[in-house]
Amino acid sequence: MKLRVFLKFFSCQWLIVLILGGSFISAAEIRVLNWQGYGTDESWALEMFKERTGIEVVHDYFNSEQEMLTKLRTNPGVYDVVLINSAYTGQAAKEGLIEAIDTTGMVNVGDLSPSMRNDPKLVADGKTYGVAWVWGVTSFAIDRGDFKNAPNSIEALWDPSHAGRVGWRDDAVEAVQLAAIALGQDINNPSDLKAIRKKLRALKPQIRTFWSSEDEWNQFFSANEFDLATYWSGSASRSKNAFGLPVEFILPKEGAIGWLDGLSIPMNVPNRNEAKAFINFMIDPDFYVKWDTEVGAPTSANAKAVSMLPPDAFNRTTFSDSKKVANVQFMGPMEDGLREKIVELWQETKAYFQN
Amino acid sequence: MNQRAAILSLITPAYLWLALTILLPLSAMLYYSFLSDVPIGNREVSWTTENYRTFFEKAFYSELMLRSFKLGAEVTSICLLLGFPCALALAKSIRGRTKEALFLLIILPFWSNALVRIFSWTMVLRGNGILEYSINWLLPGTGPLDLMFTYPAILLGLVHSYLPYMILTCYISIDAIDNQLLEAARSLGAGKLTILFRLIVPLALPGIVAGSFLIFIPVIGSFMEPRLLGGRNGTFIGTIIEDQFTAVFNWPLGAALSFIMMGLVLLILFGFSPLVRRLK
Repeated sequence: MKLRVFLKFFSCQWLIVLILGGSFISAAEIRVLNWQGYGTDESWALEMFKERTGIEVVHDYFNSEQEMLTKLRTNPGVYDVVLINSAYTGQAAKEGLIEAIDTTGMVNVGDLSPSMRNDPKLVADGKTYGVAWVWGVTSFAIDRGDFKNAPNSIEALWDPSHAGRVGWRDDAVEAVQLAAIALGQDINNPSDLKAIRKKLRALKPQIRTFWSSEDEWNQFFSANEFDLATYWSGSASRSKNAFGLPVEFILPKEGAIGWLDGLSIPMNVPNRNEAKAFINFMIDPDFYVKWDTEVGAPTSANAKAVSMLPPDAFNRTTFSDSKKVANVQFMGPMEDGLREKIVELWQETKAYFQN
Repeated sequence: MNQRAAILSLITPAYLWLALTILLPLSAMLYYSFLSDVPIGNREVSWTTENYRTFFEKAFYSELMLRSFKLGAEVTSICLLLGFPCALALAKSIRGRTKEALFLLIILPFWSNALVRIFSWTMVLRGNGILEYSINWLLPGTGPLDLMFTYPAILLGLVHSYLPYMILTCYISIDAIDNQLLEAARSLGAGKLTILFRLIVPLALPGIVAGSFLIFIPVIGSFMEPRLLGGRNGTFIGTIIEDQFTAVFNWPLGAALSFIMMGLVLLILFGFSPLVRRLK
């Protein structure tokens, strides 16, 4: 009797070992950390990737760069690929959160525009800490139904005829940088924070509410809470193409905030080769052309991929026009001292916004 | 001796649990609140009182703290005004099945997720939302209400979330009042208002005080309702603390602000302690 129980238990254990072992063999699953709805989690793309490589992709999301850094700091060895705005790549590398990527064997890296592939924000001491993925600009988007003529100035956000109808992202750095653009200051090293403070305070009658994710932006926009709202160029084309919203993205004459997003591999990555295969797939023209034409995307860092877009594509026309992008200021790394000042300035401004 | 051992063995698990779930995380936060940076990764950290000093140096922190306390007081008062009569009716006038059904309705909101509750409020309150639509259908021409993203919207959401606490605590203490006491008062010629204010309210005070604190304390630290329903008007000390943990990654400042808030709450509790003592 006892023996039988023992045998039963024993065979159960074997079963468990078999199950675990089985899942171990097919462990080709990678975990990606990104903004929600930002390319890497398109279901058709993941199917395409699985077909090509057999690798399964799961996602985790963040709502701010600081949250992304916190997740990397507190969960070492969990993520395989992380999207990092190149303004933060240097900081993440310095903190030992991401590893240098050996790009040999990643065939699509060769097609990246050299200026982006070798951008000093992504490459340090000849080591690549982030593979340039896409770039775009932050300014604002309008509801075409609420404007007779599309504005060409960032001052539209401060226009009293849209009082109480402006959406604004609740992000200290972005808020201060947009005000810096309006005032003609350097976004990475604003010369006059006092003027910026005054400019931000002038938003009090304008702002309807704050948004923090693309999903939330779309919800507010469809509920007709905004006439116009700060936004990201890639997201605007997604809202237009994928959600059918009457959105038009504006590149103001004063300029806009430019950003370059890279894909990085965290320190102690569980599946390095699979992660590299995924990054290589993300900069593949096959993926990008479909992403931009069917869903909507920012501009690829892969020059070959952009040249394969239809000739009238927003990402080919607007951003290849050097005159229009001349005033775009690219986000660079920011010193901790300045960042703290900016965060406090924004919180004080939000306190001032209260009725 | 044996009895003492028995008591000790009965009490120890509870205290261990308390220590593990409350004291330990709290002391970790207290430790953070005196650091210059978060000690994760390769960061240099040192001891400092700067996080606490920041609160007193920047006026806007105390303004927001005051705003949160005002919100707490208002939500608690509204809950008391709505909840007490409801509890009184439940305890003394309604009997049988109806009572059970009403209790179920009161507790029902507790069964749904708080976030879902607030999101459904956003659908009700927003422009062209359910509320505006139905009012305009009933009374054409009332126009837009514009409740969404305002202070009253936050009040509404919070009162809805916390009202059951007040009803339940008041119900328990009103239910314990002996009906014979009320009959005696009536036979001696006391009017309805006299009975209410000189008999029921004083006897139900423990329930009122308990309910008030159960509501006041979480409301001053609330961040979800203000953020989702308040829009531009939704900045409170709770949202600023949340920002420090999720958006800015300044845990030390977030921890320090939380401890300042806790200290102020404790001060208020001490202020009320003579009242609480008298209740015993």
